[in-house]
Amino acid sequence: MSIRDRLSGNEAIAIAMKQINPDVLPAFPITPSTEIPQYFSQYVANGEVDTEFVTVESEHSAMSACIGSEAAGARTFTATSSAGLALMFEMLYVASSSRLPITLACVNRALTGPININADHSDSMGARDSGWIQIYSENNQEAYDNFIQAVKIAEHKDVMLPAMVCQDGFITSHAVENIELLEDAAVKTFVGDYKPEDYLLNENDKLAVGPYDTVSFYLEHKRQQAEAMINVKRVALEVAAEYEAVTGRKYGLFETYKLEDADTALVIINSTAGTAKDAIDTLRNAGKKVGLLKIRLFRPFPKDEIAEALKHVKAIAVMDRAESFSAAGGPLFAEVRSAMYDCAEHPAIVNYIYGLGGRDVRTTDIESVYTDLDTIVESGNIGETYRYLGVRE
Amino acid sequence: MAYNFKEVMNKPERLTGGHRMCAGCGAPIAVRGVLRALKDEDKAVIGNATGCLEVSTFMYPYSAWQDSYIHSAFENAGATLSGVEAAYNAMKRKGKIDDTFKFIAFGGDGGTYDIGFQSLSGAMERGHDMVYVCYDNGAYMNTGIQRSSATPKYADTTTTPDGNVIHGKQQNRKDLADIMAAHNIPYVAQTTFLSNFKDLHEKSEKAIYTEGPAFLNVLAPCPRGWRYDESEIMEICKLAVETCFWPLFEVINGEWKLNYKPKNKQPIEAFLKPQGRFKHLFEPGNEYMIADIQQEVDRKWEALLKRCGEI
Repeated sequence: MSIRDRLSGNEAIAIAMKQINPDVLPAFPITPSTEIPQYFSQYVANGEVDTEFVTVESEHSAMSACIGSEAAGARTFTATSSAGLALMFEMLYVASSSRLPITLACVNRALTGPININADHSDSMGARDSGWIQIYSENNQEAYDNFIQAVKIAEHKDVMLPAMVCQDGFITSHAVENIELLEDAAVKTFVGDYKPEDYLLNENDKLAVGPYDTVSFYLEHKRQQAEAMINVKRVALEVAAEYEAVTGRKYGLFETYKLEDADTALVIINSTAGTAKDAIDTLRNAGKKVGLLKIRLFRPFPKDEIAEALKHVKAIAVMDRAESFSAAGGPLFAEVRSAMYDCAEHPAIVNYIYGLGGRDVRTTDIESVYTDLDTIVESGNIGETYRYLGVRE
Repeated sequence: MAYNFKEVMNKPERLTGGHRMCAGCGAPIAVRGVLRALKDEDKAVIGNATGCLEVSTFMYPYSAWQDSYIHSAFENAGATLSGVEAAYNAMKRKGKIDDTFKFIAFGGDGGTYDIGFQSLSGAMERGHDMVYVCYDNGAYMNTGIQRSSATPKYADTTTTPDGNVIHGKQQNRKDLADIMAAHNIPYVAQTTFLSNFKDLHEKSEKAIYTEGPAFLNVLAPCPRGWRYDESEIMEICKLAVETCFWPLFEVINGEWKLNYKPKNKQPIEAFLKPQGRFKHLFEPGNEYMIADIQQEVDRKWEALLKRCGEI
């Protein structure tokens, strides 16, 4: 039996965490993810979980404690945003290279410079090469479903990598939506017990974690880590199939929306996909063949599947809610365009930097992008590939 | 139980030989001394900040540690081990573990006084049942003898060199044991290597078997940074104590206790003279530096005597 409720994205994550009942949860508050440890502390205070809640003094220490705890043999979660994730940066690499399947709820918020508390993806995009699995969520339901699945993907013996589950700050973290939850027991059964092969608190064997790794071994260790990440795609699909069997909700590497016969398409991450779907419905009613590819798994990046899904499209706009200051486009653009290189015929591909620091994106903004793509298709002229959406020049 | 030197020294080593630390280095002596205080039947997880000790004792695929061990970075031994301790509590409560584990972190003064200070402070304040041991050699030795906030005033280091205008480090040391005591934790102690290692052993035993967080500050000389003859390490430690540069004390539940009062407090020159890092202090015209150090040692010693109810 599923439970119908109305929850914010943060509360949905907190409830997923409560249902799983992790061993340890170290966390430090930062807007907009603060509510997650706040809700969780109430579960601890009420005895609804038997988790050790470690109220660390910084996000660097949050990730350090996660590393200690997970290495000790305990299932460990945390949550953060923006500068908090940036402060963890050094330790994100240690977590992944130590093959510790920590699960982190990342509530996307712009990185400071200047300070801004609203949604963009500069935080998690900054961590894209840290060896963490990254799963993105359009809405509260997806944030909940993805978090539960992420734990199982991360802890899979062929993976053993940390995972972050991302959603847009305020837009989904604070907005209350209808949601369908699993029963507690169903979540526990789905995720199962965490049984690492090697851990510090193993009474029958010792373990040493975090060696000085010399030239003779470092390259091989990185290759092993990369192979684990290669395995994620298969495991994520297996876990998604199991999840569908329990919930009826289907997840893939990405979601396509009216893409099969589309002439023009957007590639997009997180909540703006919902806005885009609405714009697509309007344009489809007007006879326009427009579609969408919404990224779910960004790390690893399913390049072959993405290329296959997009190869028939005439023109693509890749939407980046993060600047990478390459002066050539955002991070998603670089990856999607690279993925399309192996196609016999390349669609025209342009990039839009949009919504930075929480700038609102309306359906009319999305429609204007499709209009631009039409112009490219009609004129055969791509023009500038590195574009901004809705910026005052 | 009375301290039995022979018995204690014959315990199996929990940090074995064959590691790559320098001859005459205080760090492994501190570690072995602390770990001898563990009951044989108790297991331990050792945490370690990045530093000489870490890179020299756990170079893949070899480890000199006989207990489970974790190193994650330079500035977070406190936080990392607090995560391990939290895991232990959770797993014990859930019936996943029966055995007793103890948690001991080791960091140099760089990883403890400076870059790891926040992480240490947080771990102590939260009350994790762990011991943090600082092996204080008074500089960043692993990167090549740069000054730390534990470096004594006027010491010649590679970032506070003795030059024509500026003569070594210009600041006094940070008083870390005092700061840790201000965390109101149940046990803080300062010690070093003396004669039969009784002081180090007993303080380690108290630190490990006192419930809650404990902090040990162990003066652990570095022959490369201090520039003394490797064989002289015990003599250097003795002089640090006899000159009152490094007093031996404990703070038990807020009660300050002096463990040793030299019969004849020696002048600070006795400690400075055998060390190359203070060589320039003995050049003509630099007498004021020695006088300055003596004054500071005296001031702090008097303050400690008062605190400990000795005067």
